[in-house]
Amino acid sequence: MIGPRTKLGLILVMSPLLLWLTTLIIIPHLDMLYVSLREKVGVRQYEFGFGNYMTFFTEPLYWNTFARTAYMSIMATILTLLIGFPVSYYIAKIAKGRLKMALFLLCLVPFWVSELVRTFGWMILLRETGVISNFLQWSGIVNQPVEMLYNDAAIMVGLVYTSMLFMVVPLVTTLDSLDDSLIEAGYDLGASGFAILKNIVIPHAVPGIVTGSIVVFMLSLGNYLTPILLGGKSSLWFTGMIYSQFITRFNWEQGAAFGFLLLGLSSLIVFVGLKLSGQTLAKTMG
Amino acid sequence: MKFLNKISKIALVGAVTAFALSATPTLAQTLRLLTWGGYAPENVIDKFTAETGIKVEVTLSNNEEMIAKLRATGGGGFDLAQPSQDRVAGAQAEYDIYKPMDLSQIDASQFIASMLDATKGQTTLDGDVYGVPHVWGTSGLIVDTTKAGDVKDDLDLCDAQYEGKVSYRLKRPTLIGFAFSMGLDPFAAYSDVAAYTEVMNKVEDKLIECKVNVKTYWSGGDEIMNLLRSGEVVAAMAWDTGGWKLNADNPDITFVAPKAGALGWIDAFVLPKKGKADEAAYKWINFVMQPEVAAMITAQAGNFTASLGADAMADDALKSRFQGSFPPADIDNIKWYPPVPAGLEAIEGGVLDRVNASK
Repeated sequence: MIGPRTKLGLILVMSPLLLWLTTLIIIPHLDMLYVSLREKVGVRQYEFGFGNYMTFFTEPLYWNTFARTAYMSIMATILTLLIGFPVSYYIAKIAKGRLKMALFLLCLVPFWVSELVRTFGWMILLRETGVISNFLQWSGIVNQPVEMLYNDAAIMVGLVYTSMLFMVVPLVTTLDSLDDSLIEAGYDLGASGFAILKNIVIPHAVPGIVTGSIVVFMLSLGNYLTPILLGGKSSLWFTGMIYSQFITRFNWEQGAAFGFLLLGLSSLIVFVGLKLSGQTLAKTMG
Repeated sequence: MKFLNKISKIALVGAVTAFALSATPTLAQTLRLLTWGGYAPENVIDKFTAETGIKVEVTLSNNEEMIAKLRATGGGGFDLAQPSQDRVAGAQAEYDIYKPMDLSQIDASQFIASMLDATKGQTTLDGDVYGVPHVWGTSGLIVDTTKAGDVKDDLDLCDAQYEGKVSYRLKRPTLIGFAFSMGLDPFAAYSDVAAYTEVMNKVEDKLIECKVNVKTYWSGGDEIMNLLRSGEVVAAMAWDTGGWKLNADNPDITFVAPKAGALGWIDAFVLPKKGKADEAAYKWINFVMQPEVAAMITAQAGNFTASLGADAMADDALKSRFQGSFPPADIDNIKWYPPVPAGLEAIEGGVLDRVNASK
């Protein structure tokens, strides 16, 4: 009588997950797919077709917006990695005891408030009548207010700041597991600091780098608040475009098609990235 | 076994309680109201609940989100909604999200007759009336008169001297306002897709050319107030009440009706198709249209209502600001939004996307 019982147990254990997956992920996506394949031909009249997908490829505006979003997200990922790696290395290898905890906590603290509040924080700093502008005027470096908001650099700052934690956590974890004696052995054998970094530290940290990069890239690509608020009039972001199709244009069909294109194209970019770096998802996760 | 029995009893009691609890809200009536900020102030809700015993749940929104929310649920989730009257008939034709109003349930004597008739006419589809008027106001220009005193019309925002100093929304009121300012008549072209596209294309070129002057496209009322108050923006297209609120703090900033005419809007009451408390909804409408209650809403929202006799009770400071912004000739020049035909948003959407994407 053990067989059926285990089976029942398995079903009971799995059911929340399955319910979650089907009701909250699979069904809505199927519905979206259905909506995206409807072409509007008139008031309350729809036809089956791929027109909404074709719009993306025929109207350069949408295609360019996606390319720009992807490019900025990749840049944000690289920048986050460049800034996050030394920070993680310091936390994992150099800092000891309480300092280590304190530094890690410092990375975490900004995430205790919502993304909206963090973004407003940057707006207070960067705006024309903001803290930095006032400081520059006070110190005499400039003699009139400077506007630092509403450009691509501001978007980039926001994206890197927002995703830093998601790069630091996997990096700290993988770097932590690197045996210090390997680095010492490298020095004993007369290797330079750069050689040790290149041949010992980075190869060991690759799973963390890949995980962090995927998470940061997807977060940036799917970010809505930061590019819209910090970018202002220059904020051309694909998720913003999906939002406006759904909400202000009442064009759910187009919005749904864009949503699926975002899903497909971003997966493709991650796939190409993995291939180029010679990694597989299984290796990273394992 | 005893133990199991006990558990099943507890479970049963729990289930019954949960059922009873979930059933309670329908017994003690609740009105789920989808409206704009300031249209259902706390003191008005308290008064209504004290008089009728009906609780009010308020959800704040804007035109586009209201329609999107109701479309997502097929007209469910709310018992009363307040889109602008020009967005009722088109949305109904397209998505079937409202139900016709039973006008016998509404005390017409509390309304300004001409406004009630106009809204009834504009929200009629296939012989059914879908809306009655509530709050009205205009949109035009908010100007810091010391720094941008010669901004008198929407096109003046594009003057080279205001580079990086103006703001407006990337939404349909901006398109309409610019069209009028350019001497075009978008409302006359509403019913003709080709003509309307042509009007919009001209507006698109102008907005792209004007983009260099824009500090940022604002999206929330607080955002534009903040930009104007800090002086980062010296002239903007916005709602009249925003200008009057700023005027109370800083006499230099005020609302100006554009030369081409301010754009007039009326926010209506409509019943969502799957609303469950129509009776409570009618009670709310009749309640807020009483002059003294309407005056309370005017005090909060800053806009006047369609309630007969309520404007006499409005705050004197607000009245004088209104008269300052609207000399009689400007009132006659207000361009009232006619109903938006279904499908117009697609044309405007393309224009707004291209303006947003331009350098």
